[in-house]
Amino acid sequence: MLGEGIIKGMAETARNFIGSYHDPSRLTTVEYPEEKIPAKENARNFPFLVFDGSDPMKGLRCVACQICEKECPPQCIYIVKDTAKKPDYIGKLQFQPKTFDIDISVCMSCQICVEVCPFEAIKMDTNFELSNSDRFGGLLLDKHELAKSNDYYHKIHATEASEVDARLAAEKAKVDAKAKADAEAKARTAAAVPKPALHGQPVLAK
Amino acid sequence: MIGEFFKGLFLMIWKAATDQPDPKADFLQVLPHAIRPVAAVVLSITPIMIVFPTLFAITTWLERKGLGRIQNRFGPNRVGPCGLFQPVADGLKMLTKEDIVPRSADKVVHFLAPVALLIPTLLAYAVLPCGRNMVPINIDAGILFFFAVGASTELSIFMAGWSSRNKYSLLGAMRAIAQMISYEIPLIISTVTVVMIAGSLSLVEIVSRQEGYIFDLVPRWYVFTPWGLAGFVIFLIASLAESNRSPFDIPEAESEIIAGHLTEYSGFKYALFFLAEYLGMFAMSGLAVTLFLGGWHAPLPFLEWVPSYVWFLAKLVALVCLFIWIRGTVPRLRVDQLLNFAWKFMLPMALINLVVAAVWHFTAPWSFAGAILWRWLLCAVIIAVPYVWLGRALSGDKKLTQRTYRYAD
Repeated sequence: MLGEGIIKGMAETARNFIGSYHDPSRLTTVEYPEEKIPAKENARNFPFLVFDGSDPMKGLRCVACQICEKECPPQCIYIVKDTAKKPDYIGKLQFQPKTFDIDISVCMSCQICVEVCPFEAIKMDTNFELSNSDRFGGLLLDKHELAKSNDYYHKIHATEASEVDARLAAEKAKVDAKAKADAEAKARTAAAVPKPALHGQPVLAK
Repeated sequence: MIGEFFKGLFLMIWKAATDQPDPKADFLQVLPHAIRPVAAVVLSITPIMIVFPTLFAITTWLERKGLGRIQNRFGPNRVGPCGLFQPVADGLKMLTKEDIVPRSADKVVHFLAPVALLIPTLLAYAVLPCGRNMVPINIDAGILFFFAVGASTELSIFMAGWSSRNKYSLLGAMRAIAQMISYEIPLIISTVTVVMIAGSLSLVEIVSRQEGYIFDLVPRWYVFTPWGLAGFVIFLIASLAESNRSPFDIPEAESEIIAGHLTEYSGFKYALFFLAEYLGMFAMSGLAVTLFLGGWHAPLPFLEWVPSYVWFLAKLVALVCLFIWIRGTVPRLRVDQLLNFAWKFMLPMALINLVVAAVWHFTAPWSFAGAILWRWLLCAVIIAVPYVWLGRALSGDKKLTQRTYRYAD
């Protein structure tokens, strides 16, 4: 009958109206500045630099290889390599970036820098509250602002960070094992009597 | 002298608040002879100018809150407690905005349109009885006056649309004219039934005819008669269209023509349009209350101690809430649907309602047992059969089927 649909619709909106006062599943609004929902694990916006240990500047994983700078499509990364090696957080000598700037007003959040980095040094952040009254200087982040701890990385991307840690540990174990094997081999060669080297016509394998 | 002045002032406010007749008389005695006529007019106008714009501010808040809840969100909740000061913030925003007039606009008409819209809207309140002794002027042809000034709002909307020199403005104004003229007819015919039964064009007289209670329980409001119920529904639908409210808001359909005749207006002039639109809606609701819902009469005998103007305002706000509810529910009509609905459905139903009113009137002398039931039944059949038949005939054989897309897939 004519008007039936309107009555049904009015009943539906009345249910919505009353329901929004007592049924939390109907009123899903999150009042943002006061309450926040944690960012999703797969969220990303701008890159940051991961550091190990407690001193951000010493512990940077970045070795200033500049691959990310070269790969960055909008060219928002600017790196100046340090001239001398400096001790890192465990005292090992490393090259470190003297300057590492990312202009986040240029960055397009493509994550290519993260994918090309062989040292797991640069990762994507989830922080989106970056508004600034200085649109040039304020959005150009230097390495002090970019450096964030591995714990922070674990907090924002738990799964990915554990994978990265496992991979780094495996690599470290491999390097350690190789170093150990090399050292043993060296020791063995040093202990053994050096044999005279075979001299002969080299045969071309053809 | 000053003591007498304040005594008269307080006496007047006290008398007005307690529903006593002619509250102005004592106060006017204190004033010099020369300014008495002007003072009397000012005293009549001031409450209207205070109460209804305040109601407008509250309604904008109520509307945004209500629509928000209907759509499962909070609505305004930042300015003041529960967002109550939102209208103040909106007002400040409107008043501080730049007043932009298009270079090619007809400047005089563009300026005059909002003023020419607001004045007749305010004039309509002159005949509305807001309380037992509260009517600015009680003229014998009150309804006629109301519709006469109400009809001139169409002119100012067209002025706005024409003077803006903008295709959207003009289209919106043309739609507004088509819509308002179409719906004015069922609107007036549905009020004619009241005039037929009450035998008077004076709104004060119509309200006094609805006094009293049947069996000391059901008030003798016209809405509790078959013709009154049907008339009330027709009046309500037509007044929605008349005040450009959703679902009849095609003159300012955002999705099609930006904001219709309001497109080229900003700042204070836009605020005036907005104000006039809401004041028009209140005036229409006030008329609906007066004609069908017993005006300022209390709904139950033991509630009569409550001042009459409270009842009038309560009924008015209830109707406004109904309008908000409808706005939150029904989507906008298409232009052809709107005009078809007016001419093919509303007009025949309003005319049939005249017959129902006549039947109700001439069967009044019936005095056999259960006569009231038979009268109700007869009237209900006269109104329901055409309703069902028209509803079916107009919706036709159209069956809702799965829509097939030929090109977009």
